[in-house]
Amino acid sequence: MKIYSSKLDKKSDKAIVVDDMLLTVDMPTSAGSKMLDGYMSLFEAEAITRLKANGYDIVGKADVGEFSFDLLGETSCNGAIVKDGKLCNASAEILKADEAVATVNLEVNGTVIRAAAQNDLCAVKPTYGTVSRYGTVPVACSGECVSVMSRNASVCREVLGVIAGHDDKDGTSLPEPYEYTSGVRRVAFLKSMTQGIDGEISEKLSSFKATLEKNGVEVCELDDEVICLSNIAWNILMSSELCNNVSRYDGVKYGHRAESFSGIDELYTNSRTEAFGELLKKTILFGSDNLSTENYMKVYDKALRIRRVISEAFAKIFGEFDAALMPACSTLSYGEDYLQSNKDAAFTENFYTAPASITGLPAVAVGGIQLIGKAFSDMMLLEAAELCEKEGK
Amino acid sequence: MKYETVIGLEVHVELATESKIFCSCSAHSYGSEPNEHVCPACCGMPGMLPVVNKRVVDFGMKAGMMLNCHINRVTTFDKKSYYYPDLPAAYQTTQWFAPVAVNGLVEIETSKGKKNVRIKQIHMEEDAGKLVHDIREDTTHVDFNRTSVPLIEIVSQPDLSSAEEVEVYLDRLKNLLRFAKVAECEMAHGTMRCDVNLSVRPEGSDKYGVRTEMKNMNSIEAIKRAIEYETARHIDAIENGTEVLVQETRRWDDIKGKSYAMRTKETAGDYRYFPDPNVMPVVIDDEWFDSIQDSLPEFPEVKRDRYINEYGLSEYDADQITKSIALCECFEEAYSVCKSAKDAANWIISEIMSILNKRMITYDMLKINAHALGELILLVSDGKVGRANAKKVLSDMFDDLTIDPLKYCEANGYIVSNDTGLVEKVVAEAIANDPKAVADYKGGKEKALMSIYGKCMKELKGNCDPQMLRTILIDAINKI
Ligand SMILES: [Zn+2]
Repeated sequence: MKIYSSKLDKKSDKAIVVDDMLLTVDMPTSAGSKMLDGYMSLFEAEAITRLKANGYDIVGKADVGEFSFDLLGETSCNGAIVKDGKLCNASAEILKADEAVATVNLEVNGTVIRAAAQNDLCAVKPTYGTVSRYGTVPVACSGECVSVMSRNASVCREVLGVIAGHDDKDGTSLPEPYEYTSGVRRVAFLKSMTQGIDGEISEKLSSFKATLEKNGVEVCELDDEVICLSNIAWNILMSSELCNNVSRYDGVKYGHRAESFSGIDELYTNSRTEAFGELLKKTILFGSDNLSTENYMKVYDKALRIRRVISEAFAKIFGEFDAALMPACSTLSYGEDYLQSNKDAAFTENFYTAPASITGLPAVAVGGIQLIGKAFSDMMLLEAAELCEKEGK
Repeated sequence: MKYETVIGLEVHVELATESKIFCSCSAHSYGSEPNEHVCPACCGMPGMLPVVNKRVVDFGMKAGMMLNCHINRVTTFDKKSYYYPDLPAAYQTTQWFAPVAVNGLVEIETSKGKKNVRIKQIHMEEDAGKLVHDIREDTTHVDFNRTSVPLIEIVSQPDLSSAEEVEVYLDRLKNLLRFAKVAECEMAHGTMRCDVNLSVRPEGSDKYGVRTEMKNMNSIEAIKRAIEYETARHIDAIENGTEVLVQETRRWDDIKGKSYAMRTKETAGDYRYFPDPNVMPVVIDDEWFDSIQDSLPEFPEVKRDRYINEYGLSEYDADQITKSIALCECFEEAYSVCKSAKDAANWIISEIMSILNKRMITYDMLKINAHALGELILLVSDGKVGRANAKKVLSDMFDDLTIDPLKYCEANGYIVSNDTGLVEKVVAEAIANDPKAVADYKGGKEKALMSIYGKCMKELKGNCDPQMLRTILIDAINKI
């Protein structure tokens, strides 16, 4: 695990760690990539500015996978974190070691939701547009959100309240404040989203369901096949946007530059070939192909239309229910060899997280499961997560 | 066989907004140091997000309305990807799917009469940077001042058929956009650039020939030469089979007077357009639309007709003045003060335009206190200041916009004297000094009178009412 600051031993209830996708001016920002190793930004993320203004200390940075779209951070140029034969996430490890009260992360492709769900932490990926993305390394701009992870939901709520709010510097930032609606009354349990889960996750779902019911919440089973298409469409959108966003790293102005090249084309090619990891390269090729003139309508445009259909499906669900319950991941931990047998895990395990990514709806992860709610219901979802926490204690 | 040339133009025009399209850097870098007007956003650093400059959309809409376009009420921005060192984020934000304006019409008038040129679309986009080659160091530097400066690209249908039509069309675009004050359109400043798409076909044919494109043309003379050359090359290929025409992008070398096919590597490639997720669709509501429509200027030909019908100007004078919005504004302001359209027009056409020509300043760059010009014209027509002195004052007024003509004339001794005694004295001396001229005049040589008159006026430093001087002079000669 690579942590840049030495301030980490300073324990305080205002200590926050941000992940390496948020730009800082006093620490380098590398986005887990050799390409940006040691990159110093000229400006800092809006979320960090707001945290500091509210008395929080940014005590360090947590490593991420290369451009943070993998499972848990294993594609970092600093290497994967493995403990007891299991893949770990840097932010989650920091929280479990009590080195910060919360981490603020850029959630691109489900890493934060998975890390929280597998480590008995709580995470909120807020409604798209409620937290400024100014000062975050861009990957999949149409879906990524600055998110919060903590040991408990109340801290998530507090930190989210600080970083949320309109920002003129982000053209997608929304003007609306959160609606503090009353608690969850009816929850839809999305049965069709449980495919691929193991026994432990299945158990977590059942016990969460039971907790909700015990607290007077009505839980109904629901099947929706359209929502199951989320990650297929999301993979197309994410990889295409990623391909475009990482094009700027060409070894010319900053970042890694190859030592040997002749001419500008070779400078680009050699620098990128040397600095980019395998998953990133694969994803660039996939994304570039999706956007080609030949494939745009067949692939990319279709993914945009699927995005709309999925949003409509959720809108229909939220006409009747306050939240949708589904797994956050297929299993509570990935063994060291998981990636050998699941080479495309970043594009398959996001089956569970893509619905929230592609729609921009808020999601809260806790104990193996997640709740997705309608836009601006973030605080309500965290309240529901608190029920689960209390039950656990 | 007779052939016709089919030409479509893509004209890039820099919009005259204060700041760039997606950041607050100044958009005016002409004459600045390299990389003086840059920030992390227009340098493509990670983490900056584009925020659309509303003025750019205002100007884009206005341009669309000036060219009779339909305005798309929901207009979107898209990313166009390609690698080039002058493009810092390796994509250009442009409009591909829903440009701000479509389906326009521009009327042009050439020696062959009037003609309509259809406008396919006008889209807004950001400019790229500039590469500066240093021959001594054998390196290339990048200047990002121009990066993200707002442009519109005006795409015409292939409705033009000669170099003359292209020239008139470009002039027309320039005039309309300048009337609307959205752009400078000065090719020499790089605020107007042009891609020429050209093909040749037998006259009367309804099929298009093979089309070639010449990019980034930046002088009207070069464009005209390139069109002549390409037309001849195409006809030669068709008639004599000198080469096989292929659809391609060519580079015009104005020094050699030839076009060259560009390396395929420079032109091949797929721009992979897709909607920019960081820029929300721009929705133009009725209020916004109406406010832009209300701000449109009077069109040049409407002004011209009004000058003829309302102010009684000659067609020639009206044409001259409506060549430029700056001349029109100067005329209207001066007229409002001096109340003589004829005088105001005269001063502008014979004096102001010639000073501009002499100083090699384009009419649109005219900067003068037009209110003061009106006052100066009044001083002359009221006989308070002589014309020759007034011209000197006008010339000084170009350099000092604060000049008050009356005070300035007083201070410089330009005020006409009504002292008949002084004039009579000067006249008497002049006559006495030049008996030959007097004799010539009496012998019927009208010109001789002008010579004495000129000497008197000079002696009086121009400060004499011409009519008064003439009367006193003739009286004095007749008395001899
Ligand atoms: Zn800038």
